[in-house]
Amino acid sequence: MFTIDKYIVAESLEQAFELNKNRRNTIIGGMLWLKMGRKRIGTAIDLSALGLNSIVEDEDSFRIGCMCTLREIETHEGLNNYFGGSLTKSVENIVGVQMRNLATIGGSIYSRFGFSDILTALLVLDTYVELFSGGVVSLEKYLGMPLDNDILVSIIIKKDKRKISYSSYRLSATDFPVLTCAVSKKGNKWFTAHGARPMKASLNIFELSSSPDSDEINKIISNIKDRTIFGTNMRASSEYRKILAGVLTKRGIEAILNGGNYAD
Amino acid sequence: MQIKLWINDKEYIDDVLPDTLLLDFLRSKGQLSVKRGCETSNCGLCTVILESKPILSCSFLAVRANGLHVTTMEGLQEEAAEFGNFLADEGAEQCGFCSPGFIMNVLSMVKELNNPTEDEIKKYLEGNLCRCTGYMGQLRAVRKFLLLKNNREVSHEVC
Amino acid sequence: MKFVNKGVRKKDSIALVTGKPVYTDDVTQGCNLVVKLLRSPHSHAIINEINTEKAKKVPGIECILTYEDVPKSRFTTAGQTYPEPSPYDRLILDKRLRCVGDPVAIVAGLDEKSVDKALGLIKVKYEVLEALLDYRTAIDNKIIVHPEDDFKTLCDVGADNKRNICSSDAMEVGDVEKDFKNCAHIIEETYTTKANNQSMMETFRTQTSIDTYGRLTVITSTQVPFHVRRILSNALQIPKSKIRVIKPRIGGGFGAKQTIVSEIFPAIVTWKTGKPAKMVYSRKESFTNGSPRHEAEMKIRLGADENGIIKAIHMFSLWNAGAYGDHGPTTVGLSGHKAMTIYNAASYKFENEVVYSNTMGAGAFRGYGATQGFFALESAVNELAAKLNMDPTVLRMNNMLTQKNVGKIMPTYYNEELKSCTLDKCMLKAKEMINWDEKFPSKDIGNDKVRSVGCAVAMQGSGISSCDVGAVEIRLNDEGFYTLLIGATDMGTGCDTILAQIAADCLDTDYDNIVVHGVDTDLSPYDTGSYASSTTYITGMAVVKTCEVLRDKILSEGARLLGCKPEDAEFDGKQVVCAGTGKTISLAEIGYASYVGTNAYLTATRSHFSPTSPPPFMAGLVEIELDKLTGKIDIIDYVGVVDCGTVINPNLARIQAEGGIVQGMGMTLYEDVKYDENGRMLNDSFMQYKIPSRMDVGKIRVDFESSYEPTGPFGAKSIGELVINTPAPAIANAVYNATNINMRSLPITGEKILTKMINNGQN
Repeated sequence: MFTIDKYIVAESLEQAFELNKNRRNTIIGGMLWLKMGRKRIGTAIDLSALGLNSIVEDEDSFRIGCMCTLREIETHEGLNNYFGGSLTKSVENIVGVQMRNLATIGGSIYSRFGFSDILTALLVLDTYVELFSGGVVSLEKYLGMPLDNDILVSIIIKKDKRKISYSSYRLSATDFPVLTCAVSKKGNKWFTAHGARPMKASLNIFELSSSPDSDEINKIISNIKDRTIFGTNMRASSEYRKILAGVLTKRGIEAILNGGNYAD
Repeated sequence: MQIKLWINDKEYIDDVLPDTLLLDFLRSKGQLSVKRGCETSNCGLCTVILESKPILSCSFLAVRANGLHVTTMEGLQEEAAEFGNFLADEGAEQCGFCSPGFIMNVLSMVKELNNPTEDEIKKYLEGNLCRCTGYMGQLRAVRKFLLLKNNREVSHEVC
Repeated sequence: MKFVNKGVRKKDSIALVTGKPVYTDDVTQGCNLVVKLLRSPHSHAIINEINTEKAKKVPGIECILTYEDVPKSRFTTAGQTYPEPSPYDRLILDKRLRCVGDPVAIVAGLDEKSVDKALGLIKVKYEVLEALLDYRTAIDNKIIVHPEDDFKTLCDVGADNKRNICSSDAMEVGDVEKDFKNCAHIIEETYTTKANNQSMMETFRTQTSIDTYGRLTVITSTQVPFHVRRILSNALQIPKSKIRVIKPRIGGGFGAKQTIVSEIFPAIVTWKTGKPAKMVYSRKESFTNGSPRHEAEMKIRLGADENGIIKAIHMFSLWNAGAYGDHGPTTVGLSGHKAMTIYNAASYKFENEVVYSNTMGAGAFRGYGATQGFFALESAVNELAAKLNMDPTVLRMNNMLTQKNVGKIMPTYYNEELKSCTLDKCMLKAKEMINWDEKFPSKDIGNDKVRSVGCAVAMQGSGISSCDVGAVEIRLNDEGFYTLLIGATDMGTGCDTILAQIAADCLDTDYDNIVVHGVDTDLSPYDTGSYASSTTYITGMAVVKTCEVLRDKILSEGARLLGCKPEDAEFDGKQVVCAGTGKTISLAEIGYASYVGTNAYLTATRSHFSPTSPPPFMAGLVEIELDKLTGKIDIIDYVGVVDCGTVINPNLARIQAEGGIVQGMGMTLYEDVKYDENGRMLNDSFMQYKIPSRMDVGKIRVDFESSYEPTGPFGAKSIGELVINTPAPAIANAVYNATNINMRSLPITGEKILTKMINNGQN
């Protein structure tokens, strides 16, 4: 169990940022993962009083405050209308409603968890991360950045009319995924992301003709499988993950080609 | 540190350590319906309602409830009994240790979802583990309960 | 029957569904020392030095105990009738540590924070020993788990601790080698099952205190209060008369709480300090040092003639006891005696060995060894059917126990006589419910998915024949209500209710007129406890016998009050009527009268044991959907039809069956206690050890085909354990019917299936 010496509800992002510079201090999001560790926290910094818990939709983007819960994303009408329910699909298997009422998007993305469903889904969208000090960076770039003391303020998803499909493979319904797979398409440009490899999600971008045949799809999938690194853990071997990546990617591509927005 | 919160609409002002979990705080205040079943946020036994949403009290700091309303089954005795009757008629409470958390989530579901399908019911309650019943009896109880509630609403409309 | 065979509500239901504080931790709020253990980080080690000086100085710490502070006599923590078949192989704290998590020191303090701090300040020098982690190499291994000279067994179970053998046994009926020579078809395969955790929602927990009379009071979540009393007396070396055990509501057991897991540690703290103490196991501790199902390897030889008539069964079971032998010798017995008995073969051979290793000690889990045995044997029978190109349900109808076998002496079942069986009716009904004939073996439904069906049958026992005892006492109170005192433990299963239903019908009274009092070893009549599927059958019969005696007493007292002879009077449950005079006296009046100026306080007590353990039966059929590209299995539909004799409470029996089936599904598909190369459990939480959620179980449908068991109360047999036995072999069979692949080791994962398909060139 973790311990906390002091708890502060931050009155401003500046204050939170200053406090967070001390390595013993920690920003607490949903606190679900943190709580299970043995970390001895000096000051726990709570961002919940900063109005960062809303999803704002405008003409060209969605802006999701870092303190929004996964459940709010799951049930947000605008998001799910626009992305065909695939963001719901990417969070609905995470333990249960009560847990998703606590887990925050900020905590999920900041930590860049290897098992993250939502990270995989957001990676195939035109997604950005707004950092307090570092400004706005693309999610893909953020994934490669080291964990630091900056504060993740919000997630921005651009509305660029992509079609997206999301799927995951799990040993049981509410378990961590063995593999997550998101596919999206913008014109002839395709994006695939694979998470729970069991490393954090990785992105592939490629092109397909406007009505690709099976051979063309298989070729690109085999290419992706070769380029992506898969590992072994308690839930599955790297070999099996590689096979799953092929199957889920193909089903995702086919789902989009067949007109649906997401696969079942 | 000092916090003020409402447990079942009763005001509490208390000193708590920053790392006291809401679950332990609630039990120390006599809310013994709230149970711990795991340490990893996976079982749903500790479900309470924070403001209007079901949450895991094992994964929430008591200090974070400062200024907020927490509802436990001690505060929903009538509602719990109303649904609990259906559970009892199926024999689906069995050992009963998961019942408070499960019922708190059922009551939240009824408020949040309008006439849920069987799939929606299962999905909403997926975070509530039960090792005794195999879930079927719980589902039968929920369906009968919803049927009663819907009929009641329909008859209200007719009136 | 007004109440028997009715789905009446559980006596405790409203308390449970409204969250009343009725469990161990709820009824023991207040000042208790917090008790925790320093646990071994090593799977095999000797404590060379242990220093608690610094830890003892932590403010709030009351007591720290090490191996030097505890009695030196060995005992078992298995909750079984004395003399226990489980070896006396443990101490409260031992210098030798035999698995990760073995207790090194007991720490008790005023609050959790000080105890946690003290735990971190205890300095231990370990001599780390090489560990024996693969039980298949245990016998005659150079690593010896129990080298101690004071290791002992009270019964001859074939133990040899210097060879790592906890128990061994062999039996043969007929001549299997001779019969195999005449068999047209022989299946010879090895099957393995993994250790599983019971995962009852309430972890192990116990509170202890000293009462007014200087006795140790133990409030604990247990299935076996009377065994707790004996084992504590044994472990602490204090007289039994000094111990009182109380069982409040129990948050599930499934066999885990048939072992004394959390009781000893707070008990010794209280005994030494005189102060109340409490220990609540974390979920992690319940995983790493609970009492899981024995991991097993079973070799089966199964021979049949050209028509598929089974002639000979040879079974060898190898069992991993882990560090301690609790329930080892007995669970392994069930793998053969229960599984083989269900088939009418000409000859049988059963050999078994239970071995020690440096993994956590195993224990009792619903099914108690029969579950492992049925996975192996039923899988072999399904393989035989496939080899013969026969429908496996038909093969079973030709070979298994049916109504026609009633009256048969079962040679592999201690020569007991089969007195009730409707397994054939169960199978036929189950086939109809799932539409077997249309769905067998499989159907390709497109999108790379195939749907298939699979089947299995199973039996269990009802109590332990000629051994376990249940007693009850029933009192008539003033105003005419009854108190039913029982020593059987309701752990959620509903035995308080079921026994009251039986009593109500035997006394011709209303169910609500019976008050049930659960277990307090100072007050309750002796009962071995709730395990071995015994309560309804054994204690239920004690209720029947007790009611007969009490009725006679009520009749005599009524007649006396009316001034007539008992033989001229009648008691109908409400009043005693004198035939000659027509005069009546109500039960309430008899009740009042028996408490005023008389010596006629009306009470009766009887105990019951049974020379037989009649088997309940079940047919389990499953429909799955299998993804041919990933190997993933989804359960679509599970049908279970059960013969548990007369169903005392259909609601409770149905829930038992549904719950057992789901536990069986978990065991089949993913539940798997895993260790790293150092013997540390890897998946020690609900985050990593997944039990089925409601999203995982498909549809489950349960029905009954009641037989009438002449030796049971109202014709009842047991149901509790039976129902976990069919899912593993039935699902494995469905996988075969979808893919032609035999899955012989649990759990059956998509990866294992797909790997075999790829190796077979099927993918």
